[in-house]
Amino acid sequence: MAMSGLWVGMILVALLCGLCTGRGDAVAAAAVTGAADAVELCLSMAGILCLWMGVMEVMGRSGLSEKLSRLLRPLLRRLFPDFAEDQAVMNTVSANVSANLLGLGNAATPLGLEASRLMARKSPGVASDSLCMFVVCNTASIQLIPTTVASLRSAAGCATPFDILPATWLASTLSILAGVAAAKILARLWPR
Amino acid sequence: MGLLFDLLMPLMLAGIALYGMVRRVDVYDAVIHGAGDGLGVLYRIVPPLIALLTAVSMLRASGFLELCAQALAPVLDALGIPPETVALMLVRPVSGSAALGVGADILSTYGPDSTVGRTAAVMMGSTETTFYTIAVYFGAAQIKKTRYAIPAALCADLVGFLAAAFAVRLFF
Repeated sequence: MAMSGLWVGMILVALLCGLCTGRGDAVAAAAVTGAADAVELCLSMAGILCLWMGVMEVMGRSGLSEKLSRLLRPLLRRLFPDFAEDQAVMNTVSANVSANLLGLGNAATPLGLEASRLMARKSPGVASDSLCMFVVCNTASIQLIPTTVASLRSAAGCATPFDILPATWLASTLSILAGVAAAKILARLWPR
Repeated sequence: MGLLFDLLMPLMLAGIALYGMVRRVDVYDAVIHGAGDGLGVLYRIVPPLIALLTAVSMLRASGFLELCAQALAPVLDALGIPPETVALMLVRPVSGSAALGVGADILSTYGPDSTVGRTAAVMMGSTETTFYTIAVYFGAAQIKKTRYAIPAALCADLVGFLAAAFAVRLFF
């Protein structure tokens, strides 16, 4: 329902604004071409998106996920001190984080949901500090190779769609650090 | 630096493929399989993109996006964020496909190699659909009191947007 509101709102605002600024004809033209542009965009994204989904599958099958989750274990113990000794939670959390890093969205979400269910058993109905931290980490993007964005750039005619990688890594790192810091600070201020 | 960026993609491709070979993965089969999954992803994003790109194209044509950019330009300029990305920042935490539509519109309007285009791309690559994620995760865990999860997650998004603009200025 929320999306319906957003979509109808966008169209109404566009109509009103177009009429007020005297660009009604341009809005009418856009209403006709937008849908065709979307299909064209998806077609021109398709090649590079599918290729890199294939590359990620290689990363997944070569055991990179398990290696990553073992590497991440010490860090995750510190982020979720309540569950540092809980093997089931730590296994699911580290599998979720490494799937997120490798951009395996189909694997990351079910693992994440399982981990949050396991975490919630300790404090039913109320988000514990660890669960808040876990959800905040999942709302920040840590994907190492942002394939969708890269294929979007390539569809727009960019010859080097992956040249944004270093900038993306820096921005992602700063963003997740801010999320973790905010969660740590708010945990002290917020009543349980 | 330029050549390194150009070679980043083929180097990663070669590196990952070699690593897969060493680990005795049927690399070709994995690529084909993953590419097939990619078609599934495309199949799912085409319908919402048709709806949303229509709406975003209309908003762009009506001049509304420019008005928003102009209204917020003083604040965003002071923060070093290109005002043209304002619509993207507004929809990013709410809807992934809407962000894809707005991002595609920005890339085709300003060009993928412009500062605005690059900033938009980095913003999309370094943030997530925050509200959707929170709803799904807390829903699965049957959590009613979400406490500070939303403000902390939005703080991460805000810093992500600022950092995206900063990183693009730094690297390009």
